[in-house]
Amino acid sequence: MKVEALTWLVLFLPLLAAGIITLFTLRNKAVSATLSIGAIVTGFVLTLAVIKFGGWDARELSVNWLSIGSLNVDFGLKLDALSLMMLLIVTGVGSAIHIYSYGYMRDDPGFSRFFACMSLFTFSMLGIVLANNFLQMFIFWELVGVSSYLLIGFWFEKPSAADAAKKAFITNRLGDLGFILGILIIFTALGSLNFTVLESGNSIAALGGMATLGGLLVFCGAIGKSAQFPLHVWLPDAMEGPTPVSALIHAATMVAAGVYMLCRVFFIFTPDALTVISWIGGITALLAALIAVQQNDIKRILAYSTLSQLGYMVMGVGLTAPEAGMFHLTTHAFFKALLFLGAGSVIIALHHEQDIWKMGGLRKKMPVTFWTFMVGTLALAGVWPLSGFFSKDAILAAAHENNLLLFILGVAVAALTTFYMFRLVFVAFLGDRRTGVAPVSDSKEAAQAGDESMRQARRLSYEPHESPGVVIWPLRILAVASVVGGVIGIEALFGGMFKPDAAHPHGLLAQLVYPFQHAPVAALSGLAAFAVGLFAAWKLYANAKTDPLPDKLGALSRAMANRFYFDEIYEATVIRIHDAIAAIADWIDRWIIEGFCIGLVRGGTDLTGRALRLVQTGNLQTYAFLFVLGVAVVLWFVLGK
Amino acid sequence: MLAWTVYISFLGVLGLMLLPKGNASAARKVAMLSAVAGLLVAVAGFIQFKAGEILTVAKLPWVPSLGIEYHLAADGVSLTLVLLTGLAAVGGILFSWNIEHRAKEFFAFYLALIGGVYGVFLSFDLFLLFVFYEIAIVPKYFIIAIWGSTRKEYGAMKLALYSFVGSAMVLIGLIAAYVVSGAQTMNVLELAKHPFPHSFQVWAFPLVFVGFAILAGMWPFHTWAPTGHVAAPTAASMLLAGVVMKLGAYGCLRVAMTLFPEGLEAWKTWIAVLAVIGIVYGAMVALVQKDFKFVIGYSSVSHMGFVLLGLVTLNTIGLSGAVLQMFSHGIIAGLLFAVVGRMVYERTHTRELSVLEGMNLVKAMPFAAVTFVIAGAASMGLPGFSGFVAELQVLIGAWKAFPTLAVITGVGILIGVAYTLRAIQQAFFGEAKERGAPVPHDDEETKHAEQEIRAPITIPERIGAVLLIGTSLVIGLYPRILLDVIFPSFNSPLFDGLRRVGLQ
Repeated sequence: MKVEALTWLVLFLPLLAAGIITLFTLRNKAVSATLSIGAIVTGFVLTLAVIKFGGWDARELSVNWLSIGSLNVDFGLKLDALSLMMLLIVTGVGSAIHIYSYGYMRDDPGFSRFFACMSLFTFSMLGIVLANNFLQMFIFWELVGVSSYLLIGFWFEKPSAADAAKKAFITNRLGDLGFILGILIIFTALGSLNFTVLESGNSIAALGGMATLGGLLVFCGAIGKSAQFPLHVWLPDAMEGPTPVSALIHAATMVAAGVYMLCRVFFIFTPDALTVISWIGGITALLAALIAVQQNDIKRILAYSTLSQLGYMVMGVGLTAPEAGMFHLTTHAFFKALLFLGAGSVIIALHHEQDIWKMGGLRKKMPVTFWTFMVGTLALAGVWPLSGFFSKDAILAAAHENNLLLFILGVAVAALTTFYMFRLVFVAFLGDRRTGVAPVSDSKEAAQAGDESMRQARRLSYEPHESPGVVIWPLRILAVASVVGGVIGIEALFGGMFKPDAAHPHGLLAQLVYPFQHAPVAALSGLAAFAVGLFAAWKLYANAKTDPLPDKLGALSRAMANRFYFDEIYEATVIRIHDAIAAIADWIDRWIIEGFCIGLVRGGTDLTGRALRLVQTGNLQTYAFLFVLGVAVVLWFVLGK
Repeated sequence: MLAWTVYISFLGVLGLMLLPKGNASAARKVAMLSAVAGLLVAVAGFIQFKAGEILTVAKLPWVPSLGIEYHLAADGVSLTLVLLTGLAAVGGILFSWNIEHRAKEFFAFYLALIGGVYGVFLSFDLFLLFVFYEIAIVPKYFIIAIWGSTRKEYGAMKLALYSFVGSAMVLIGLIAAYVVSGAQTMNVLELAKHPFPHSFQVWAFPLVFVGFAILAGMWPFHTWAPTGHVAAPTAASMLLAGVVMKLGAYGCLRVAMTLFPEGLEAWKTWIAVLAVIGIVYGAMVALVQKDFKFVIGYSSVSHMGFVLLGLVTLNTIGLSGAVLQMFSHGIIAGLLFAVVGRMVYERTHTRELSVLEGMNLVKAMPFAAVTFVIAGAASMGLPGFSGFVAELQVLIGAWKAFPTLAVITGVGILIGVAYTLRAIQQAFFGEAKERGAPVPHDDEETKHAEQEIRAPITIPERIGAVLLIGTSLVIGLYPRILLDVIFPSFNSPLFDGLRRVGLQ
């Protein structure tokens, strides 16, 4: 048996775990968690074994799943540098997050259900990564949507969580509609769905005039899943889910699936399609970064930051640098998972307080959380020699080469990134503690004013403290990965796959200085952007009691805080129109089809009946007369003609 | 051997009639025995069947002077539907295990309906097919009118009238075909060979097709379906949506399309448009329903649109998708109706979504909630369930034939997600509202209602749910089980006519 066969195990172990937990061990927390964590950690180890003994070369395993006439679909595994690296990210970062969840979700009544969903998600995500054809990818694409729905709506008693889950699912399906239509175009024009077959044939030429349209429709899938403008609205709401979910699904893996897919099928995009893709990415990056500046919920800041970084990746792919996009995806998975888990650590310490203006001074109370969070922040801001610097630089370099406008936009976003991240750090971790015991009045109104304020008061009276080891260790591991991620050869690995002819740096030192030799303008602009952002954040927020920006920016700040009113606009247009059409259809059914048509038939029958009744006079003479008349008519017909 | 599916069902009717009055427990056992036996025969027939052949089950002269025969046969398409009927029959009885009111008559009508359905799917003589078709209509009326709810007389009468109008149209078309062919036979295999004149096909096709399609819920002749489904007792809704609507679609394929291929060619765009309107419109209307069962009722209209669309794509991918969708929808719709009608309605006595929202049913009946979430996922066409493969094939087929309509169909699928999620959320995951201070005098009543809601889901319900979910999953995960039987049957001589007009 070849070592590749182990990949089947990597794929199916999480499904097995999910199945066993759902069917048998829902009541036994320890066993459920062990199964789920065991499945993903084993997956990680097996992936390492596959790479160690089988190398990074491209190869494929498959069995036939569906065969009807010309439609042949395999269920297969495609292994190459792209999928193997992604496999490592999903199982590796996933393992850290699974272990962290054991601590984070300890007291939740739905503990086992949570791990079942996490394992189901892991299975679906691995399916996307390993898919060797469009249809299989689409199938797992949908499954990822479902598991994400289950996890966002994990606390379904909260209406906001249930709504967020629904919104995420429907928005994703909207993108998927484009995706499946794109797949249909490709299948009908090229007769195959297999990536290897499509790649070796000249797909763009064979698609002819449909090539750009087909590519853009496929891109719609990525817009939905990677939450790109204009379908980005679901991701921030998805933060209603438990924090480990946000880290795993809405930062490190699922939202990256869109970018991964773009790289996987990079060969079908025409230059026109790529231009559109790069601009969508750029717009998302800028928009999300602007919105992030005026958010106050720690998870929402990170969510918009994720959106913005995803925009970077998509922009990279659009600028014909998929290797840069994948590189950034990898490092982003490390440091964004780290940031989310750090935020989660803060949130439990403060008993589910998420507003950064109610935090402050956490550095001393939670040193490990603070320092790891700092590492993540610096990596995200792109400080040399942390991982984020190298991957962001690769994208900026590609922009500098291809599109000056997008390059400027990219640098601006980099400055904004530093600014909003350090705003978060200054307000939440440094400075004085803002929390105190709120006055508890025992008057009746206060009691009626609601549980909410009472709970808040109680919550704030707790002393924040550092989280337990099971929470902290994943933070430390991810912090190390965030530091070194840029210089361990990931760039060369992806570069070797997408651009085998170009030179790629090898060796630690060469990698450290490569950006400055290769594209000095981009590298220095990136660092300058960091400096500007840091300075602005320090100036405004170093000792701020409240947010000074709303006063300075006025309407712009309000627009940013309100997410540029996208939700409101969608609510007012798409959803209203849709509801109206539905109501009209219902009205038609009730009154036109049911009322009018059926009424007509019934009325007609009724009328005919009444009319015919008149003929039945009961008068013998009339009958005899009609009878004779009839006979006469018949005789006239027979004889007269 | 397959003929025994029909015989066993009618023997079951006979057995029930012989039972003493008022013994509900014996009645349901007899009914169950007969339904399970029918299912086993269907499964055995399915396993023995060699893909691609037309298996003659029985062939005896019946009215020799007219050339009418008692001719039962099966190909891959009919066999798939026979299997579906067996499953739906067992499922329906499991979900009506609690019927006490005139149980004997209920199950007798029920089995007569099943027998008629089996008969239609197996008849290769059109006259015989028509007879079975009529046999299937009559019990529906009584089941709804006697055991139904919510405007049951109206629903039953509407259903019966629509069915009879449809069958009258079919009958005219069949007689005309018999006369025009002059072949002195009603054998569909023979008639399919006869080249009917083009002008004749152009008017006979819509007559027969629409006649059957009324029962398949084709827009705008669909309104019997939601009202009928809602008025019917659970088992009957399951059968109506599960198999009776398939009778119509099956008739369209087996009779109208096989006999009048040129007619199909002339009318296919119109029918495709109506089918797509049905898909989108049904989904839209489902989105704004206030009654839980109406949501499912309209969803049936939407899903049956896929069947009709697949039929007229005139390519084998679309056709096999249509047949698979018939099977898939039969299972999934049955499950949805079972949850709404049996698990929820009979415990809460309401189907108003706004009322259910306040009951926090996920706590009171977690099993029902989980079942409905799974059934909803299947109904949305999520991968892993049978609906996905079926709808995907229809979509691919439609894309080849009518690209624009395929896009609109995609929008319909999207709305399908919206109404399903809405129903799931409102019915099961609503926020528990503050109950008003209990008024003393109806305390006892409240307690009673509470107890009823919390009544555990019974064993038959659990078995039924597992049976239907399992079937949908198995087919969804490995669709070749059915497709390897369905697909080769399109190579039979029955489809020669369709191949002449461009079936690929």
